[in-house]
Amino acid sequence: MSNYLRGLKDGLPVGLGYFSVSFAFGVAAVQSGLSVFTAVMISLTNLTSAGQLAGLSVIAAAGSLIEMAVTQLVINLRYALMSISLSQKLDSSVRAGDRFLMSFGITDENFAIAVAQKGTVTASYFYGLMTLPILCWTGGTLIGAAAGSILPASVLSALGVAIYGMFVAIILPAAKRSMAVAGVALGAAALACCFEWVPVLNRVSGGFAIIICAVIAAAVGALLRPVEDEA
Amino acid sequence: MKTVLYILVMAGVTYLIRMLPMVIFKKKITNRFIRSFLHYIPYAVLAAMTFPAILESTTSPLSAAVGFGVALIVAFLEWGLLPTALLACAGVFICELFL
Repeated sequence: MSNYLRGLKDGLPVGLGYFSVSFAFGVAAVQSGLSVFTAVMISLTNLTSAGQLAGLSVIAAAGSLIEMAVTQLVINLRYALMSISLSQKLDSSVRAGDRFLMSFGITDENFAIAVAQKGTVTASYFYGLMTLPILCWTGGTLIGAAAGSILPASVLSALGVAIYGMFVAIILPAAKRSMAVAGVALGAAALACCFEWVPVLNRVSGGFAIIICAVIAAAVGALLRPVEDEA
Repeated sequence: MKTVLYILVMAGVTYLIRMLPMVIFKKKITNRFIRSFLHYIPYAVLAAMTFPAILESTTSPLSAAVGFGVALIVAFLEWGLLPTALLACAGVFICELFL
């Protein structure tokens, strides 16, 4: 199987998962007063769940462009960490120009699947991997924005858990194989609970809190259980 | 018009965050701590995003907890991303029928 097709296949479950989440985004965008076209353009150009949702609230509150930029920077900063991490796994055949295009497709799920590959990641594999998630993310937004009001509230509520279910499916298999990964994940979640419920800490914005939790948990993991060097 | 600017800023900032590190870091990082840190960071990010936020992802924390429980079981059995997501949704939906 060619690298592109292999990537396409690996991207299918991600795309289907995105569909339900972007559907919910489309519904929310129209509810907050955006046009269907605007909602679709946001999804096509941003390809991120948390950042877009935060962006919606900035637009709805008629916030400044600076506020928009800072919000996106804080919430999406994790992609910079993933981008560095992925840069370490790229095949030597990946050209400089490819990096500009490939980096657009870095999402939590695409990244997790790409780094879980045995060996290196080629450009054609990653293009295959990002194809369906981009199509489904944009298409789901379109359908949600255009037709979301038809769905009963019970279905919309159930769809809300979809993306988290996907996150769990990425973490748990890795945690089963490595106590260190399990410890890091539990530690990060425990810290996130502190930022949710402990007074003062719970005033830190969501995007910032995630970065702080993740950096602390990963750094402690790296200190206590450094990974073996690959050949 | 302002909407176009909003979208440009959102898309521009988000793209630069993804693009710059990948274009800048072309050499292998040899520092063992940084390599380990980068190995753990995706799991840490996803875990911090998932819990406790998952509890507020549906109309009631109880149904969300049921969905979370279903996701944990299916993910432990390694049935894959999509079955985990869909069965978690099904768990929430069924639970909310009884609420």
